Amino acid sequence: MLTFQFVPYSEILNLNSEQRTLKLLDIVRKNKIILMQGRLKPSEEAGLIQKTMELISKDFKGIELCTIYPEAKNEKFFSQVRNIVVRFLVGGIDGLTIIGPATVIKEIKRNPDKIELLTYNIKKNGRG
Amino acid sequence: MAVFKLKNFMNWFSSMFRKKKNLKLGLYGPPNGGKTTLANRICMDWLGEEMGTVSNIEHETREVQIKEKIQIKSKGKTLDFNLVDTPGIATKIDYEDFMKHKMNKNDAKIRAKEATKGVIDAIKWLDEMDAVIVVLDSTINPYSQVNITIIGNLAARNIPVLLVANKIDLKKADIKKITSAFPQYNIVGISAQKGDNVETFYEELFKLVK
Repeated sequence: MLTFQFVPYSEILNLNSEQRTLKLLDIVRKNKIILMQGRLKPSEEAGLIQKTMELISKDFKGIELCTIYPEAKNEKFFSQVRNIVVRFLVGGIDGLTIIGPATVIKEIKRNPDKIELLTYNIKKNGRG
Repeated sequence: MAVFKLKNFMNWFSSMFRKKKNLKLGLYGPPNGGKTTLANRICMDWLGEEMGTVSNIEHETREVQIKEKIQIKSKGKTLDFNLVDTPGIATKIDYEDFMKHKMNKNDAKIRAKEATKGVIDAIKWLDEMDAVIVVLDSTINPYSQVNITIIGNLAARNIPVLLVANKIDLKKADIKKITSAFPQYNIVGISAQKGDNVETFYEELFKLVK
């Protein structure tokens, strides 16, 4: 069973970068997939990767993450990509960030109108 | 906003002076894009020796490697720099993936541990760079969050970036996808392994650090 946890931006608004990273990773390490309102700053995303690497263990293999911008739906696909890089520089409340454990999410595929989460078959005692 | 602009100005101002001494040129990208193959190509072309070992298994480079005092020449101009080859940046590392390459469990675990440290170090080194070459595998969809994170962090630090679409000798290579994904950047397609189009790459290097 997949568990999604919604994290409104207000929940991380008053946290510093390190606290944000730890909060998000705490949820992911409970095998939940985060749907977070908004996006992290580039430095915070780099920090998230660094902290993820520090925590990697037998049971925690890392994360899959993806940031999407629903308002870009009507743009051509590669215009979306270009604009996402520009928007990414700012961080903030727009868009949606998906972060999940790599033991659950195999890959996140982006398409112009949808996000596909490819997951592993979860067995009772771990990844199938 | 004013603080952000002041920071950008300070970065630009200090970079003017950094460029005059030991310019650090970094190689960044996801694992297996061909960073070390390109580093070897540059070092072989201008120093006559290789920089590091390459492999089909991900995370072959697990430590930041530096080759100092490289001088390249193109169209009567010379460029001196220190080349910094960094481990591939990833969001997940699973030792069991290494075991698929006939590595025993213990070695795979050691490699995974070293690889995680390599990713951490590669990110730490971002602040040290004067210019960066982001090496992408042109046979793979460039639209990954790791690529966006790397390029976004370089842009936020005002570090000049050249994108290299590597492995253009392969049938599945598609430079257009990379060009479309990152249209605001200079992109040069090469085969670091076979040496295809490296002359253009060297010309672009001069433009990158001018």
